[in-house]
Amino acid sequence: MTTVSHAKPLAKTKSKEKAASIPRPFVNPYLGGVFLGLVLFLAFFLTGNGLGASGGLNRIIVWVIDLAAPQYADRVSYLIQYAGGDKNALDNWIVLLTAGIFLGGLISGLVGRRVHLETVRGPQITAHQRWVFAVIGGVIAGFGARMAKGCTSGQGLSGGATLSVGSWAFLMAFFVGGYALAYTLRKLWTPAPKSK
Amino acid sequence: MAPFPLETIVGKFGTYLIYVLIGMGFGASLEMVGFGRSTKLTAQFYLRDMTVFKVMFTAVLVAMVLIFGAAGLGFLDFDRIWVPPTYLLPGTLGGLLLGVGFIIGGFCPGTSIASLSTLKKDALFFIFGLLGGIVLFGETSTFYDHFLESTYMGRFTIPDLLGLPVGVTVFLVVIMGVFALWGAEQIEQAMRRKDGDEVTAIDRKVSIGAGVLLVAGLAVMLIGQPTPDQLWQRVAAQKQPLLDQREVQIHPAELRELYYNSQVNLIMLDLRNEADYNLFHIKNAKRVAADDLGALSTELKAAPSGTVVVVMSNDETLATSGWKTLVAEGVPNVYLLEGGLNEYLAVYADPPLTSIPGGDEALRYEFIAALGGNHPASSLHEHADDIAFTPKVKIEQKAQSGGGGCG
Repeated sequence: MTTVSHAKPLAKTKSKEKAASIPRPFVNPYLGGVFLGLVLFLAFFLTGNGLGASGGLNRIIVWVIDLAAPQYADRVSYLIQYAGGDKNALDNWIVLLTAGIFLGGLISGLVGRRVHLETVRGPQITAHQRWVFAVIGGVIAGFGARMAKGCTSGQGLSGGATLSVGSWAFLMAFFVGGYALAYTLRKLWTPAPKSK
Repeated sequence: MAPFPLETIVGKFGTYLIYVLIGMGFGASLEMVGFGRSTKLTAQFYLRDMTVFKVMFTAVLVAMVLIFGAAGLGFLDFDRIWVPPTYLLPGTLGGLLLGVGFIIGGFCPGTSIASLSTLKKDALFFIFGLLGGIVLFGETSTFYDHFLESTYMGRFTIPDLLGLPVGVTVFLVVIMGVFALWGAEQIEQAMRRKDGDEVTAIDRKVSIGAGVLLVAGLAVMLIGQPTPDQLWQRVAAQKQPLLDQREVQIHPAELRELYYNSQVNLIMLDLRNEADYNLFHIKNAKRVAADDLGALSTELKAAPSGTVVVVMSNDETLATSGWKTLVAEGVPNVYLLEGGLNEYLAVYADPPLTSIPGGDEALRYEFIAALGGNHPASSLHEHADDIAFTPKVKIEQKAQSGGGGCG
């Protein structure tokens, strides 16, 4: 299957050196979706667990807290379950899965020549503004993921594919949340309106 | 049958390696479609580029068809795979917050990790925020514990909600999904036309793919899901010994103790006919026809943690077959009344009742009036507590919340 994307095709005349630094186009979303669906199915088929991401991050931060303040981790109820006593918060499959996401992303990025140190942002804001909004959005998303007991991966993908009622409600709410604020926040992501 | 007990097959290291490989497949698929770039992700909400929707829904549809197809063909035991339990209100509010966080911060947790791996600084800041949000939640969750555990419906799926066979639901979801994806294409094209950009027709390969998916969905519907008997055959090797070694037949005195145990949510199911039930039954026991147990199992699976189900009949024959049905359906903590109600009456009827002859599964005591649950022997709490028994009930706890995808 060919890869189709909205990126402009590479011009044939460009020198090899220059072409090597130009990112390859993204994979067709449907092809990528089929691939992701196969991974999701395999995760269920082999392990009985679906995919997840926020759980791994949760355990990583708990591990850091346990490292810095073990007595504290033994006293606070939500930490005890992961890191109470001599439990190692990282000794869990979801952490390995999260590490895998990083590795897989890196490999795909290298193949696609997309590994660059940069800040991806909308054309109307500065990098610093982008960082501030990234932190704010991260806090809200982290809070929401724990409240929903899962994120877009754990609830959305895993619950969506197993037809969980709560996960489908979650998914709809996710899109509602995004669309509700999209217009108000258009300055963050879209080009400036063309002057008439 | 899948899923496999991985640790016993490939060891802990092998299991963890499999998880890393699955994670890599996940991370790679996120990155290769462009989810490493926050601008590509948020474009979803400005209608010009619906890649997020297309990738997610394609993945959900493909995985769903494969999961339920494999389950229907007997390769996969759906009851043993993790379905995120439904907590309707916290789940919906959490989803809303994730959507808001996504449009402000540009990522969801999984995509931010894939983005970080390609050195995007905005992903690093988002992850700092995420970790902060997780800690903030942990530190404050005691204030709204009650809300977080509310509207719990357990393992509750769309076929359960609609009351439709699983295969039919899968097919309907595929039709709806393909239609939604087609709609997304239409919206994109309309927006591009509005912007005065070039409009491309849907790739023929994509249409063929959609056709394949529809046929596969139809096949899942036609294959259907396993019958109760097939379900039992799958777990028989594991569960039949429990019956043979009499580990699930509980003494009437243990039933009485369960009734008193405030930690236990006791559900008593009486499988006898209406006539016997009206003559005598244990107070609070619910009469259910054996044929309706399969349908009831969904509700029982959704019952709160600490629920114990005890099935009973006059002897053990009917109760045993009911036990098998519920266990095969995957209901946890199911037991049956040892010796049935005949034994119960022998132990607890005071003064003793007159016994009458009768075959297996006949009520072999004489009742002069149909007192049902008002008979003196009906109330478990009026019985003496001095009868010794071998305790058999071991309560299997509900899987810890977040035990699956996001533990």
